[in-house]
Amino acid sequence: MAHSEQEILAGLAEIVSEETGLPAESVLPEKSFTDDLDIDSLSMMTIVTLAEDRFSVTIPDGEVKNLVTVSDAVSFIAGAQS
Amino acid sequence: MTRPTLRQSAGPAFSRILGIGGVRGELVVPNDDLVGPIDSSDEWIRQRTGIVTRRRAAAGTDVLDLAEGAAHAALEDAGLTGADVDAVIVSTVTYFEQTPAAAAIIADRIGATPAAAWDISAACAGYCYGVGQADALVRAGSARNVLVVGAEKMSEYIDPTDRSISFLLGDGAGAVVIGPSQTPGIGPTVWGSDGSQAKVIHQTHSGLQWRDQPELGWPTIRQEGPTVFKWASFQMAPVAQRAMDAAGVTADQIEVFVPHQANMRIIDQLIKQLKLPAGVVVGRDVADTGNTSAASIPLATERLRREGLVSSGALALQVGFGAGLVYAAQVVVLP
Repeated sequence: MAHSEQEILAGLAEIVSEETGLPAESVLPEKSFTDDLDIDSLSMMTIVTLAEDRFSVTIPDGEVKNLVTVSDAVSFIAGAQS
Repeated sequence: MTRPTLRQSAGPAFSRILGIGGVRGELVVPNDDLVGPIDSSDEWIRQRTGIVTRRRAAAGTDVLDLAEGAAHAALEDAGLTGADVDAVIVSTVTYFEQTPAAAAIIADRIGATPAAAWDISAACAGYCYGVGQADALVRAGSARNVLVVGAEKMSEYIDPTDRSISFLLGDGAGAVVIGPSQTPGIGPTVWGSDGSQAKVIHQTHSGLQWRDQPELGWPTIRQEGPTVFKWASFQMAPVAQRAMDAAGVTADQIEVFVPHQANMRIIDQLIKQLKLPAGVVVGRDVADTGNTSAASIPLATERLRREGLVSSGALALQVGFGAGLVYAAQVVVLP
């Protein structure tokens, strides 16, 4: 069953929080993974892998550089579900 | 005419590691010595890799010298001499002669001639591949004692301006002697490859291209770091799990975990994925030896033993993974 963007955001926030120790509430759509959340390329790959698992989608490695903000990731995952 | 029925060899039921030895490059190279040409910092390297220093060999030391030193140390640890060895396997990607094999030279240097001798190319999984081969050779009766050496002078293969992998790499050799055992000492090897990802860790160009276009310079190694990190961290845990399953042991029975020493963050992620208990002793030699490819697992293991952190008879899970892509894992009993 497809997840709503709201559910994807909540799930992604949990994953980011688990990986970085940041509070889930701070993982807002407009936040940049690198500049605001201080997530490096290796942590980003961990987050991507856990998100792939959780939402049953594939996020190609080449696509990861385009996921600049949390909102970018939510949109990509939502689109990849369908 | 009646054809005769052939005899086929058969060996002992079990094999085990009889001794382990290692040699590291003589030079201690801190991050600060490498950061200039890659516009990086000690902090950046530590945070992303856990590496503080790496060991590199001096100009006059070659990969054969490293391999020979490790081989002697393993034989001494096993209480054997070269004459007791009847097969020598050297895993390396940094012996730059196509032929003859490094293994034949090492066999001769340690007094093992006329032992069977050959090299294997399985990059950072090469040691675990060698252990798998040696286990099979012993139990098939093809060899009584097999010397397996992982030896690398990775510093011959680096580009100081490369930000992808060169700064991770170190030089060293680790070796084990594998022979017959009264009890099971080496679990089944779970191994495989995926050549569709050959470019993920690759040589910049071939020796032939270097010959034909000298302006390309000496070939060096590169990797797609985040892709390799994802593969190693998340796809090698199921491989290691299969090795435990095949050996009939569970994560809570593993006493020692020695993954390939590529990056501390991969090691930490593997521990998490495998749900290894907090008390497991983990090889973390990468912090000050760097990534020594095929040598890294035996080097990390010999260090844990030398520092008294593991006991004889302990169950160790080892998993190697690298360029190919290739991987191999097994559970072994430490000598």
